Amino acid sequence: MSLFKALKPEFLNYSAAESGPFKSLFNFRQLWRSRIIILLCVALTPLICLAIFTFLVTKHDAEREIHLRTIRLASNAKRTISFFFEERKAVLDFIVRSNSFEQINDYSQLSNILQSLKDSIGGFTDLGIIDATGRQLQYVGPYNLQDVNYASEEWFKEVSVRNYYISDIYLGFREVSHVIIAVKHSSPNGLTYVLRATLETKRFNEIISNLNLSGTEDAFLINKQGIIQTPSRSHGKITEKLTLPVPAYSERTEVLEMPENQDRKIIGYAYIPETSFIFMLIEKKSELMRPWRSSQEVIIFFIALAILVILAVIYRVATHLVNQVFLADLKRVQTLHEVEQSSKLASIGRLAAGVAHEINNPLAIINEKAGLIKDIFSYKEEYKNDLKIIGLIDSVLASVERCAIITKRLLSFARHLDVSIQMVDIKSVIEDVLGFLIKEAEYRSIMVNLDIEDNIPQFETDRGKLQQILLNLVNNAFAAMQDNGHLDIKIRLLEEGFVAVSVKDDGSGIPEADLKRIFEPFFSTKTKTGGTGLGLSITYGLIQELNGKLNVVSKFGVGSEFTIILPLKNTIATKGKNK
Amino acid sequence: MKILLVDDEYELVSTLAERLSIRGIDADWVTSGEDALAKLTETNYDLAVLDIKMPRLSGLELRKQIQTIQPNMRYIFMTGHGSAEDFFSASSEEGADSYLVKPVNIDDLITKIHESLARRALGSTGHSE
Repeated sequence: MSLFKALKPEFLNYSAAESGPFKSLFNFRQLWRSRIIILLCVALTPLICLAIFTFLVTKHDAEREIHLRTIRLASNAKRTISFFFEERKAVLDFIVRSNSFEQINDYSQLSNILQSLKDSIGGFTDLGIIDATGRQLQYVGPYNLQDVNYASEEWFKEVSVRNYYISDIYLGFREVSHVIIAVKHSSPNGLTYVLRATLETKRFNEIISNLNLSGTEDAFLINKQGIIQTPSRSHGKITEKLTLPVPAYSERTEVLEMPENQDRKIIGYAYIPETSFIFMLIEKKSELMRPWRSSQEVIIFFIALAILVILAVIYRVATHLVNQVFLADLKRVQTLHEVEQSSKLASIGRLAAGVAHEINNPLAIINEKAGLIKDIFSYKEEYKNDLKIIGLIDSVLASVERCAIITKRLLSFARHLDVSIQMVDIKSVIEDVLGFLIKEAEYRSIMVNLDIEDNIPQFETDRGKLQQILLNLVNNAFAAMQDNGHLDIKIRLLEEGFVAVSVKDDGSGIPEADLKRIFEPFFSTKTKTGGTGLGLSITYGLIQELNGKLNVVSKFGVGSEFTIILPLKNTIATKGKNK
Repeated sequence: MKILLVDDEYELVSTLAERLSIRGIDADWVTSGEDALAKLTETNYDLAVLDIKMPRLSGLELRKQIQTIQPNMRYIFMTGHGSAEDFFSASSEEGADSYLVKPVNIDDLITKIHESLARRALGSTGHSE
């Protein structure tokens, strides 16, 4: 919360109403918000778009790579398995072609062939010769299958038609899986017979287990009915039905995705040619995507970091820019108020001057007429000693003089609104200012003490501005004081060519919290009683224009002392009409 | 010593002339610039007391015209306004010695008249308020 306060821009506390209706050109809150939104859009949109694009493209590539890898593995397995069967089928074909029926139908010869097959290729369990009627003519192997008739067996019918046959895998008596391969041969003398061999699938299973699969991958064979043919890690035992549907036939190796719980499975499969086997490679997609996900996490971390940096920079830049506009607008509004104030004063001055002029002429007539009456009475013997008449005329003349002083003061005040730099006697300025307020002081029984050092020289400054400064300060002091208050005005000559004017009252004083804000424009504790909050701000500005400075010492409930320090020699640019 | 008072306020200028006469200063008066010029063609004056703001012919304009008729004339300006412009305009006029704001004190006026005439005698052209 305190961090937010520290980062909160100053202008968010500013209300346009403080400067008056229609005075502020901008809604800074809205301006700041819109700048931040625009900058965010400009900076983050490309970044986010790029991030999303990269995410989607790399994900697509990663998935494609996974599919290709699965297809590659499945294709390799397909080729190997296919070669396994092709090789054994070719061996059997070679045996029947290279041996006559008589030779192959000889028990000892067939036993020798079986032994040779076991020694060279391995995995052969038995061999049998079956004639065209399905009767097993000769058998070498561990079982007693001599003279067994296979005429009604499906495999025999199939080998009769297709010339070869590769069976599904089945479990023998010892629960060892086997597969049967049979080839048909017709000799030149018209004799047709079948060589049938039983193979253990141990070698076959080794081929599949040598596919370098990771822990979560599973590879096995099923037949076209979905019966599992080779050991599976997680999809069932041999001869059990696979829970997944049998994939559609395709000559090529294919890959497909299937949902599984909250994950997806990647299934690569290949139909093994000339057999009923389908090679299945089943992988968990989440496992295969793990490397891609890791790289994405790193990228997302850096993007998030970049967004944070961008947010901080945008906040700082937008706040700084809007703050500059805010300060410029504040200055503009203050200047506007100063111009209004100055214009108001000038209007009042012109009005006062006009009134004074109009009054001065009849006043001059009264003065001359009364003077003439006095002259006549003074020169005529019968009236010369009439003290009452002379006293009455003197009273009229004194009143005229009093009026003249008032009109001259008004004219003087108005005159100095126009004139800029001149030699100023600060004592006369103070007296002029107090002249306007002395009646109020009398009515409110405020004691005004004026203490001016004798050695204060006249100095070059703007009399009008000095008048306004002193009038503002004395007015403020009067406003702060109760009746019977004390106002002390002291003028001292400082070293190094400065003069200090202090205006000290025993009024309400200023709370310490407000003390540092009293020169801010529109800061006022008297808004409810018509204060504009501009008096001290304008005073401060005027003192700065005179190359002076203003110090304030105040204690709440005790009183305040404002001290103006002005240079005796001024370098203010002169303007106006003085010659 | 003969002086001419020019002010559009009849009551003021006539009374002022009378008061000066009582004090031994020979003063004629007129209420417009045109009358003043007419008067100057028939009489020679040492000094003119001119109101700055008058209808048609202002005091400053009148001084320029008098200057062509009587180049040695001295001037004291009077005004009821007392603005800075009046002061600077009046005090920069050739032959202008003083500037007084109405209502004028008769003793001040007489003092100024004497100072002005003393300057005239010395041939000085300085001025003071």
